[in-house]
Amino acid sequence: MLASLGIILLCQLIGEAVARGLGLPLPGPVLGLLLLLILLLARDRFTGLAYGPLSKGGVETASKGLLAHLSLLFVPAGVGVVQELDLLASHGIAIVLVLALSVVVTLLATVLTFRLVSRLLKHGDAR
Amino acid sequence: MKDNPFSLWVYLSQSPLLWLTVTLLVYAATDAVSLATRRHPLANPVLHAMWIIGAFLLLTGTSYTTYFAGAQFVHFLLGPATVALAVPLYENRRRVAASIAPMLVALFAGSVTAVVSVVLLAELAGLPREVVLSLAPKSVTAGVAMGIAESLHADPSLAAVAVILTGIMGAIIVTPLMNRTGVTDYRARGFAAGLAAHGIGTARAFQVDEIAGVFSGLAMSLNALVTSFLVPLAVTLLVR
Repeated sequence: MLASLGIILLCQLIGEAVARGLGLPLPGPVLGLLLLLILLLARDRFTGLAYGPLSKGGVETASKGLLAHLSLLFVPAGVGVVQELDLLASHGIAIVLVLALSVVVTLLATVLTFRLVSRLLKHGDAR
Repeated sequence: MKDNPFSLWVYLSQSPLLWLTVTLLVYAATDAVSLATRRHPLANPVLHAMWIIGAFLLLTGTSYTTYFAGAQFVHFLLGPATVALAVPLYENRRRVAASIAPMLVALFAGSVTAVVSVVLLAELAGLPREVVLSLAPKSVTAGVAMGIAESLHADPSLAAVAVILTGIMGAIIVTPLMNRTGVTDYRARGFAAGLAAHGIGTARAFQVDEIAGVFSGLAMSLNALVTSFLVPLAVTLLVR
């Protein structure tokens, strides 16, 4: 468990270092995600890597533990918004309406494009 | 401690332990309500934990800085949790690989819609230029959005507020909206949730369906990249 968390943190650390070092417009943890994915794929190809946290579902279990309460992790930032509501003061209602409309339009545009392309290509594993 | 009966309270309210405990317990309660209502969109655990703790801070006159000293331990886990998204992605890699084309086209359409719609609507509403610029990156994670806002000389705090509000509204609205469109493909539904409402949308997607969660996490990661390039471009073209 500890070694598995260590691997996850190491991936993030390398991701942050590379993102900052090269000035990439990507968050470090997203590079870390990519790195962990490559590690997991490499493990299937080269059996020598299947060791410690990369064997017997170690890193898998730790990751699922972290993701089980993903919602919780947004609470501290969310509380910050409640404290900063005065930022919205003069344009509050307009801002909330603009954001609400935009999120609806974005959801629809994305889901409909996805379905359209998927149907055109007859990928057909839709449920 | 004898001289002042409040010294224990003073000690506790300054220590990280109290606010970490409050965060965990309030979330445990709002999550239990969310489960009891079979994950009803309006029973969103983040939304309710947010205002309950916010009210609690207001009533006790606690500053956000004091609160965050405790809550930072939870906040810190956002990074490792993003890395951990690699595991469900890995386990569903065949499904993902088979959906590359619809994903990439939807990524492009969605990112453009997210930025263009918010800029046009904000201009239509007559919001000042600085506000328009701060709202533009609202569909990506807070860290990225704040970076974009900063590079445009807009207000990073307002950008962060817009990001969280967008995430919460997206997470609440996504299920009823998708049910109305009749789309039952959880790849598409999840992808839309992560693209429009970043991590909070992804947390919602995982509550509904694992495949939705996987595609949501992907959309969130890819959109962070695309939006960083798109916002400066859209702002040059659209903002007066």
